[in-house]
Amino acid sequence: MTANAREPVGLRFDADPVETAAGQPEGASLPAGEHYNLRLYVAGQTPKSTAAVANLRRICEDHLAGRYTVEVVDLLVQPQLAAGDQILAVPTLVRRLPAPLKRIIGTLANTERVLVGLDIRPGTST
Amino acid sequence: MNIEPTRVSPSLRAAHPLPKPPPGISGFDDITFGGLPQGRPTLVCGGAGCGKTLFAMTFLINGARHFGEPGVLVSFEESAEDLAANVASLGYDVPGLIAAKRLLIDQVRVERSEIEEAGEYDLEGLFVRLGHAIDTIGARRVVLDTPEALFSAFSDQAVRRAELRRLFGWLKDRGVTAVITGERGTGQLTRHGLEEYVSDCVVLLDNRVHDQVTTRRLRVVKYRGSAHGTNEYPFLVDDQGISVLPITSADIGYQTFAEAVPTGISGLDSMLGTGGYYRGSSVLVSGGSGTGKTILAAHFADAVCRGGGRCLYFGFEEGPGQIVRNVRSVGIDLAPHLTANLLRFEAARPSIYGLEMHLARMYRDIEQFVPEAVVVDPISAFRGPEVEVHATLLRMVDLFKAKGITAVFTYLTSGSNQRSGYNGHDLSSLMDTWISLRDIEADGERNRGLYVLKSRGMAHSNQIREYVLSAEGMRLIEIYAGPGGVLTGSARLAQAAREQAEVRERGQEIIQRRRRFEARKHVVERQVAELHAALEQEGEELAAFLGEAEEHEAGLGRDRDAMRASRSPTE
Repeated sequence: MTANAREPVGLRFDADPVETAAGQPEGASLPAGEHYNLRLYVAGQTPKSTAAVANLRRICEDHLAGRYTVEVVDLLVQPQLAAGDQILAVPTLVRRLPAPLKRIIGTLANTERVLVGLDIRPGTST
Repeated sequence: MNIEPTRVSPSLRAAHPLPKPPPGISGFDDITFGGLPQGRPTLVCGGAGCGKTLFAMTFLINGARHFGEPGVLVSFEESAEDLAANVASLGYDVPGLIAAKRLLIDQVRVERSEIEEAGEYDLEGLFVRLGHAIDTIGARRVVLDTPEALFSAFSDQAVRRAELRRLFGWLKDRGVTAVITGERGTGQLTRHGLEEYVSDCVVLLDNRVHDQVTTRRLRVVKYRGSAHGTNEYPFLVDDQGISVLPITSADIGYQTFAEAVPTGISGLDSMLGTGGYYRGSSVLVSGGSGTGKTILAAHFADAVCRGGGRCLYFGFEEGPGQIVRNVRSVGIDLAPHLTANLLRFEAARPSIYGLEMHLARMYRDIEQFVPEAVVVDPISAFRGPEVEVHATLLRMVDLFKAKGITAVFTYLTSGSNQRSGYNGHDLSSLMDTWISLRDIEADGERNRGLYVLKSRGMAHSNQIREYVLSAEGMRLIEIYAGPGGVLTGSARLAQAAREQAEVRERGQEIIQRRRRFEARKHVVERQVAELHAALEQEGEELAAFLGEAEEHEAGLGRDRDAMRASRSPTE
């Protein structure tokens, strides 16, 4: 997994049922719901890219165990994909499913905001 | 336009001039002495609806169409379809250019509400997209319309500033000529201070309403490393795109012509002394209503077209059909010239645009039609503050002169002051020739008189000539000066009759004298003949006498010989 994080081109990582069952208590995330199809856009091997990949992996494992698919796109390799998802800032996390489309930009270091952005947890203010 | 060689230091002269690709906006190249700075970003800013996007689109499309430079448009506001539809009315075929890979439009949609910020980020995505677009079609030109949208989309000010600065640096590194548009802000050129980042060239567009008439204006605020016109120049957006009017050239070193252009009225040609107006001169025809200003102008247009020249007729009071019909009644047929495309009418209500806009439109029409002669009928239709009207006319005259176009302006004078209108004296300095048409009211009649008030460089007549408008057009009539001045109308006819009678009388006297002389000559000749005859007779008598005398001498000689012989001793 860490080797993959340094090589984010076209990288996919899915929920690992075994790991989820062993490492995370079920109650940490919402009850099983829709499947999350996420795409993370980065531009090259920058510290920001690496941080974003690591943060995303952590958040997914913590909150979406077993029901997510993540695709990491390096725009330096596939620049033609930038226009399609209206990418300006990098890193950008796009929630492709469930609808509606959501965008979260940044290194995803602020877990609360990521969860709000992904609609995984109702607003933190409550 | 000769620059004194000594006034520029050698080091400056050695420096390479900034390369400038023409933006393909007519007139703009003149203001900036070539175009926008090549390989550098230019900021075009202005308020809503002042033509920023159009300026940028024209820059791109003309680059792709005429200069072989493909272009990329990154639109932050409008979709590609909307943009294509907006400029289709200008005859720009955006879909065609896109299909031919001469143009690429990337719409960047940023919706603040859709974006959650969670951690550090940069705008590398924009760079990637732009770089990809440029590489896809090999773009030489880039338009960002308008990156200010980024300001509302991203909350991190430090990132915004750093990334914008990086963006413009990056554009320079890529060597593309870029146009960045920006919304006009209060107190600064753009709302978000884009001018802080783009500092090579800044163009300001403006849309001002004055007396319910809108005029678009353009000003080059700065142009690093290049001279540029600093004034506000009006520009025009219509079905033929955007055109800037670089009026008021600094120098008045026009090319001058010594050749004359016929006025179309033979009497007037001779009055001017040169057989017509000078080519490239400005002629003012002033007169009250109904004095035949338009007819005089139509004569000129007719003469130009007959000579194979092209004439552009700007009508501000009458439509083309009306003018053609009206002047046909005085025997001038302009219709053939229209079909031969030698004559073109451009009619517009004076109030439809501002003065500047009229001028811009005229400029464009002239650029397209390239006429040798122009008629502006009438300039008195332009209303507005006197200073502005004068400035506009000055530039109009300037425009025609710079292009060597002979221009006839008609001017309607008010009834009270026929000689000059409210700004007649101001006009005079602009004009080379001033022909005044006036009503001469005397003896219960109104007649028409024409005189050349001034004509630079011509030994023009100082007479007031009466003229009539007949079925054969405008005709100047021989002058009849009486004790009280010039005679016109029936007074002229009376004078003519009187003069004719005098001529007749004189003729008869001559005949009589000649007869008397003939008779006297006859008498004298007869006397001479008689004397001759007498003389001849005397001569003959003298000859006869001399013959007799000789005969007598000879007879005496013979007698003496006979006598001597009878007394001889030899017997």
